[in-house]
Amino acid sequence: MSFLDYAPDWMLTHGPAFLMALPLIMAAVTSILPNKRIAWGATFIVTAILTLTAFTIAIYNAEVGTTIYKMGGWAPPHGISLVIDALSAPLVVLIAIMSLITVFYALPATVAEIKPNKRAPFYAAFLLCIAGLLGMVVTGDAFNVFVFLEVSSISTYVLVAMGAARDRRALSAAYNYLILGSIGATFFVIGIGFLFMETGTLNMADMARILADTDGGSRVAKVAFGFIVIGLGLKLAMFPLHTWLPGAYAYAPTPVTAFLASTATKAALYLLLRFTFFVFDPSYAYVADVLMFILVGLGVVGMIFASLQAIFQTDARRMLAFSSVAQVGYMLLGIGIATTASVAAGYLHLLNHAIIKGGLFLALGAMWYRFGITRTEDFKGLGQTMPWTMGAFTISGLSLIGVPFTAGFVSKVNLTFAAADAGWWWAVGIIMLTSILALIYIGRVLLAAYFQSPPEINGEVVAKNEAPLTMLLPMWALAIASIYIGFESDVLVDAATRAAELLLGAG
Amino acid sequence: MSEWFSQYNYIVVIILMMTGLYTVFASRNLIKKLAGLSVFQTSVFLLYITIGKVSGAQPPILLEDKTYGKDKDGHALLDGPVQVAAGDASYILPGPGSDVLYSNPLPHVLILTAIVVGVATLSIGLALTVRIREVYHTIEEDEIEAADFVYNLEGTAD
Repeated sequence: MSFLDYAPDWMLTHGPAFLMALPLIMAAVTSILPNKRIAWGATFIVTAILTLTAFTIAIYNAEVGTTIYKMGGWAPPHGISLVIDALSAPLVVLIAIMSLITVFYALPATVAEIKPNKRAPFYAAFLLCIAGLLGMVVTGDAFNVFVFLEVSSISTYVLVAMGAARDRRALSAAYNYLILGSIGATFFVIGIGFLFMETGTLNMADMARILADTDGGSRVAKVAFGFIVIGLGLKLAMFPLHTWLPGAYAYAPTPVTAFLASTATKAALYLLLRFTFFVFDPSYAYVADVLMFILVGLGVVGMIFASLQAIFQTDARRMLAFSSVAQVGYMLLGIGIATTASVAAGYLHLLNHAIIKGGLFLALGAMWYRFGITRTEDFKGLGQTMPWTMGAFTISGLSLIGVPFTAGFVSKVNLTFAAADAGWWWAVGIIMLTSILALIYIGRVLLAAYFQSPPEINGEVVAKNEAPLTMLLPMWALAIASIYIGFESDVLVDAATRAAELLLGAG
Repeated sequence: MSEWFSQYNYIVVIILMMTGLYTVFASRNLIKKLAGLSVFQTSVFLLYITIGKVSGAQPPILLEDKTYGKDKDGHALLDGPVQVAAGDASYILPGPGSDVLYSNPLPHVLILTAIVVGVATLSIGLALTVRIREVYHTIEEDEIEAADFVYNLEGTAD
């Protein structure tokens, strides 16, 4: 491929380590940068470099196959290995692109939402979050996963708390998220401890081999799997463990919400895929039971209940947050059916939902920026007062519902076909039902925006006041991506299928 | 029943873990929740460290494969192999077929990392509690929720 000829050699050999190291180092540098604009500029340049590196690594992976990078030259299983394979490459690209888009959007948003002396540390925390997420996705060592999971989580608690300048409820939301997130991460590390007891190694590929040799391991491995599923379930907002999510999404600064909604839960879901199918295997009886009863059961319950809860929210950000919990239920349903087609559909929905939710939260943030809108009833007449912003929101909203020729439709169709192929007709019915519920809560907002006139304040109708260009460009980039994927979905569907084949074929 | 006595370390871990979790759930005070979280994380550290100890094993410092020295009569100064930290002598390495049993040093490394993570989490939690105290003038969870409930109903922040 000609693109790879232009890539420098060090990017192809040391790419994964570079992805982890650059934002970590630049976070320390950014926190002491004097001027707010310079801090933003440094963050923007870092995310641009990360996006280029991510694309290079993904294209290289598509050509060459799985690459294992030995950190420090120490060979696994004693050393830490960074693995770029069909499962992690699309996520690396997703995290890098979403970080670039959100940082670009953040320039006017942070001016409105964060105090001037806190802006450089804000960008530093943002870079730490990016470093943590990228590290989580590329590493091949189980304890290293925990370390980067906590790096990203702790910086997320800080980022959410920075919304306190806008709404003081961000503080208790961040505290609640800290308590629950730490419990989840500690459950995860207990699971890793039990896996270490069972296998004697921390390298995920080695663990997979040893567990396969002993055909699932003893009760220690079963306990380990239970702890890992619950710990990761809390991080990815599986239904009863999702209570931190609405508060964190609603009161965080708007670029943070958009970034978290599109990357944090997705990275945790990637880890669930990695542990369920690569380290453990669905052929072990206890894994199959958990997949069937816990992942599918809680996923389906989450889909229905969270969609119902979204309908009854008055705050637009909380509505979209509950909608995120419901969409995570879709992905868990796809994982739980555990066929190649369904895991591919769940993975595809992971990627699509990141684009959709990112676009929705960016549009919502622009509405707050101009008019201070947070409630769904304040959407009256936005089609006339903020036409471009509402246009992006509409496209992403229709994609969330699953209207044909949008990204959401592609992933829902794939999931429905996969469920039907497996004979799970009740799952097909539930997917249709939750799409109708999504139609209700998104449609209500769209109706208010387009078919009601703008509100009158002191007898005068509110004038048109469009969002700034630096906010419009990112949200329209994501909206156009939604439509493009709706028409030309082959690249993503192929990537998802390759990821599923890697998981279900070998591991 | 004798199993319970021989595996008392795991029982201690379970007791600490449940105490910590219960404190997190049942406390109304934000600082007490953080204290419970710390106890919970400490139980995990204990779990990791106890599995590192192999019964009847040496601490994980490599033993040199010779005696310490000889006095003028040619008698060995010390009996048995001695622990030396460095040098270019040959060491008795761990592994199957080795004469010496070593404890596992890896869990200690893992726990140092986990302790750092726990310290970072605790510091962020305490900083958040300080901020909550500044804004709400209380650190009792029910009073904070009541203050936010009133805040919502009056519509001042929505």
